[in-house]
Amino acid sequence: MSSLLLDIHGLRHTFPKADGGDLLVLDGIELEVTQGQIVGLLGRTGSGKSTLLRLIAGLAQPSDGSVTYLGQPVLGPAPGIAMVFQGFALFPWLTVLENVQLGLEALGLPDPEIRKRALAAIDLIGLDGYESAYPRELSGGMRQRVGFARALVVHPNILLMDEPFSALDVLTAETLRTDFLELWGDGKLPIKGVILVTHNIEEAVLMCDRILLFSNNPGRIIREIGVDLPQPRNRLDPPFRELVEKIYVAMTARTPNAPAGRQITINTVLPRVSANLFSGLIETLAAAPYNGKADLPVLADELHMEVDELFPVAEAMQMFHFAEVEGGDIKLTDIGKQFAELGTDDRKKLFQKQLLAYIPLATHIRRVLQERANHVAPKSRFLDELEDHMSTEDAEHTLRAVTAWGRYAEAFAYDDDTGMFSLENPS
Amino acid sequence: MRVFVPISVGGWDRLFSRWDILAVLLILGLLVFLGEASRHLFEPLAELQRTPPSLDPANLPEYAARTTLRMLVAMALSLLFTFTYATLAAKNKQAERILVPLLDILQSVPILGFISVTVVFFMALAPGRVLGAEFAAIFAIFTSQAWNMAFSFYQSLRTVPTELIEASRNFRLSPWMSFWRVDVPFAMPQLIWNMMMSMSGSWFFVVASEAISVGNTTVTLPGVGSYIALAIEQQNLRAVGWAIGAMLVVILVYDQILFRPLVAWADRFRYEQEPGAVVPRSWVLDILRRSRIVDRTMRPFAALWRRLLLPRHPDNVEAVRRAPRTRPGWITFQLGLIVFALTAFALWQTLRFFTESITLADLGTVLLLGLATLLRVVVLIALATVVWVPIGVWVGTRPHAAVVVQPIAQFLAAFPANVLFPIVVSGIVAWQLDPNIWLSPLMILGTQWYILFNVIAGAAAIPNELRAVGANLRVRGWLWWRRIALPAVLPYYVTGAITASGGSWNASIVAEVASWGDQHLQADGLGAYIARQTDAGDFHRIVLGIAVMSLYVVVINRLFWRPLYGYAERKFRLD
Repeated sequence: MSSLLLDIHGLRHTFPKADGGDLLVLDGIELEVTQGQIVGLLGRTGSGKSTLLRLIAGLAQPSDGSVTYLGQPVLGPAPGIAMVFQGFALFPWLTVLENVQLGLEALGLPDPEIRKRALAAIDLIGLDGYESAYPRELSGGMRQRVGFARALVVHPNILLMDEPFSALDVLTAETLRTDFLELWGDGKLPIKGVILVTHNIEEAVLMCDRILLFSNNPGRIIREIGVDLPQPRNRLDPPFRELVEKIYVAMTARTPNAPAGRQITINTVLPRVSANLFSGLIETLAAAPYNGKADLPVLADELHMEVDELFPVAEAMQMFHFAEVEGGDIKLTDIGKQFAELGTDDRKKLFQKQLLAYIPLATHIRRVLQERANHVAPKSRFLDELEDHMSTEDAEHTLRAVTAWGRYAEAFAYDDDTGMFSLENPS
Repeated sequence: MRVFVPISVGGWDRLFSRWDILAVLLILGLLVFLGEASRHLFEPLAELQRTPPSLDPANLPEYAARTTLRMLVAMALSLLFTFTYATLAAKNKQAERILVPLLDILQSVPILGFISVTVVFFMALAPGRVLGAEFAAIFAIFTSQAWNMAFSFYQSLRTVPTELIEASRNFRLSPWMSFWRVDVPFAMPQLIWNMMMSMSGSWFFVVASEAISVGNTTVTLPGVGSYIALAIEQQNLRAVGWAIGAMLVVILVYDQILFRPLVAWADRFRYEQEPGAVVPRSWVLDILRRSRIVDRTMRPFAALWRRLLLPRHPDNVEAVRRAPRTRPGWITFQLGLIVFALTAFALWQTLRFFTESITLADLGTVLLLGLATLLRVVVLIALATVVWVPIGVWVGTRPHAAVVVQPIAQFLAAFPANVLFPIVVSGIVAWQLDPNIWLSPLMILGTQWYILFNVIAGAAAIPNELRAVGANLRVRGWLWWRRIALPAVLPYYVTGAITASGGSWNASIVAEVASWGDQHLQADGLGAYIARQTDAGDFHRIVLGIAVMSLYVVVINRLFWRPLYGYAERKFRLD
C-alpha cells in the first residue's frame, strides 16, 4: 500500500447543459498510480482527460466516485499534487524567481528557506541567470521551464502535466522532454509519480510507463498499454514504431463498428472539417506513394498532423463514405477515388450527393427548406433541435460544420447577418 | 468588455511637451475669446420665450423627447467632429503634433465650465429666441460627448493594420474611398462603444444645461433637466421621482432601439478573425434586416452611397500615384509661423483678460480652493477604491454574480447622478449636517461605478489557468490578493479610476453647491467657486476657475494617472 500514490475509483463527471440536463464527460474511470511511474492519458479533444487531471488536482469535485491520494480523499487542492499547464500559466507581473516562490510563500515558509529552495529549483531546471526576468521576456521553452520549476519547488509527490509541450515548437518540445526524462531517470526530481495528459501518441510512448487510451463523448478508459522499452527511447527503434502503430490501431478500432454501432443520425456531433481539407487529403491519398491507402501514423508524420487534427478528417471522410478507417489504416473507397479524378464543379456535385445521402442533418435542413413556402428557415430552429441532444457548444459546432459543407456543395445557403438558411444562393 | 482609457497614455514617459503648453494656451485663448465676445454681446433678453414649465407628469414624455433630441443632435455633431478632427490628426503628421495634446487638454476642461462661458455667447447669437439657448445646451452636450469619441477614432486610425492599408493602396482606392471602406469600418466597434459612453456621460450635463442662469441670463429649456430644477425649487420629491422614472425609460428605450442594433451591426467590423464567444444580437436589427420594406426603401440610398464612394479619377494613374511628398521647407515655415502667431495672440489675449480685473490674491484663493476640491477627489477615490475593488474582484471571479452585477454597474454609471442630488440634499438639510463633508459624496455618486465595472471586467478576465495555479499552489488570503487578484485588475482599475476622478472634478461644480427649495448649501471648493461666479456672471473669474480646474486635472493626469497607467500596462497586462 505504501507505494500506492493515487487511487481513483468509479469516477463519473458531468457538466450542466444549457437546457438544465447533464452532459456526461467522464464515466467509469478506474486508475491507480504507484510510485516511480509516468502514466499517460491519451485521447482526443473532448475525451475529458484534462478534466480528469483537474479532478485529481482537486480543482473540481467529481459528480460521482472517489479520488484518493495517499489514503486521503481529495476534497480540494491537495498539498503534494502540483500541476504544469499547457499555456504555462505564469503570472506576467511576477519575475521568474517570484513565480517560482509563489507556492512556497503559500506554504508560509521562512524567507531564507523560500529563497534557497526557489534558487535550487531554478538551478535544477536550467533557468540560471533568468531569475529577474519577466515571463514576457522569455521564449516559450523557457517559460515552460519556469512552469516546471514552480511545480517542482513545492516538492510534490505527484506532478500533473496538462499537455505541457503542445504549445511549443517541435525542437523545443523535444529538448524539454529529454531534459525532463533525464532528471527523472537520475532521480533528481523531488517527485514520486507523474500523470501526463497528451494527444501526441509518440510523446506518450516516449515518456510513459503506462498509457491509458480514452474514448470520446463520454470519456472512458478503453485500453491500457504498458511500455517496457528502456529509457532513453529511440523513436526509430522498430519496437517503438510497433507500439505507436498498436496505439493507432487501438484508437481507430472503434470506428469500424461505427456504421453499425453508432448510426449517424440528425443528432450526431459532426467534426468541423473544411471541404478544402477533404479535397487535399483525398488527393494526397489517391496519389503516389499512397495510391489509395495509407498507414495513419505514417500519414500523420508526413503531413505534420497530430491525432487531434487527423482523426476528425478521417472520421468525416468515413461519414461521407469517401474512405474507410480500420486497423490504423485509412483507405479510399471507390467514390473517394472517383472524387480525386474530378474537376471542381463535378467534385461539388459528388460532394452534394454524398452529403445528402449520408449526413442526415444536411438532408433534414434541405427538406425543411423545401417544405417551407418561402424556402427560408432561421438558424435557431435547427440549433434548438440539436441542443436537445448535445451541449450548446457541440450544437453550434455541428451546425457550423454542416453549414460549411452545405455551402460548398451548394445544397443550401446561409446568411449570417439574418441568421437564415435558404435554398437559393444570392444571385 | 472593451476598456477605454479616457486620457492619452501613449507617451506616458514624457510629462509635458511644448505641444501641451500650446494646447493649454489655445484653449484658454478660445475660452477668453468666447467670454470676451459674450461680455460685449451681453444684453438683457427682453422676451425670452417662456412656456412656464409645469410639474405635471403628463408633460414628461414631451420633455424627455426634447431632451433626447438635443442629445442626438449633439451626437451627430460629435460624429462630424470626430470624423474630421481625428482624421486630420491621424493622417497629417504636422497637425497631429498639436491636435492630440489639444484634445487631451479639452478633455480636462470641466464641461459645466463650458456651459457657463458659452451660454451667453450662444444666447447672443440668436437674441430673444429659444434657439440661442438650444444652441448653448447642445454645445454643452457636444463638449461632453465629442472628445473621447475623437480620441478613440484617432487611436483606431493609428492602428489600422498595415495589410489593410496596403490592400487598399493596391486596389487604388482614393483617400475618400479608403476612409469609408477601410478606416471607418475598422474603427467602428470601438467608436460605437465610445458613443455609448458619451451618451451616458452626457446625461449628467443635459440635466445641468437645461436650467442654468449666468448673471442675468436665465435659460430654461423644456426638458427633463428643467423639470428637475423646478422640482427642486418647489421641494417636490414626488416630481423628482417622476423625472427619474422618465429618464430610466428613455435610457432603456434608446439602448434597445439605437445602441443594441448598432453594436450588433458593428460586430461584422471586428477585425479579429476568430469567432467571438458571444455574438451580440438585437431584436430591432433582426427585424430591420429581415424586413423587405426596409430592404427596398434602403436600396436607393445604398446605391447612392456606393456612387458617392466611387473613385473620382478611376483611370488617372497620376491621381493615385502619390510619392511620399517631402513638404517644401517654406510651407513648414509658414505653418510654424501661423501657429506661432496664433499662440502669441492667445497669450496676449489671455494676459490682457486676466490682468484686467484679476489679482494675484484671486489666483491664490482659487488655487487654494482647488486644493480643497483635490482633497475631496483624492479621499473619495480612495474610499471608492477600498469599497469597490474587493467587491469588484469578488463579483468578477464569480461568473454567475458578474452576469447579474455587471449590467447594473454599467447602468448606474450611465445614470445621471445629479438627478439624485435633491434627495441627498434634503437629507442633509433635515439632519443639519456639515455641507463641507456631506456634500462631497455627491461628487462620486455617479462616477464610482466606473471603478466597479472596470474591476469586475478585470477580475473576469483573469485566465482560468492562472486561477487554477493559485488554487493548485494553495495561494490564499492576503497572499492571493497581493500576488494574483490586485495585480490582475490593476490596469482595469486605473482605467476606471481615471474616468471616475475626471468625472468627480466635473461633478464638483454642481455637487459643492446644492439647493433644496430655498435652502442653499455650499462647501468650500473650486467647484463651488465656479458655480458662484456663474451665478454672478463674472466671466473673468469663471474663466479663472475653469483654467485652474483644468490645470489641476491635467497635472494630476500627467503626474499620477499617466505614469501609473504606463506602469500597470507594462507590468500587469495579461497577454
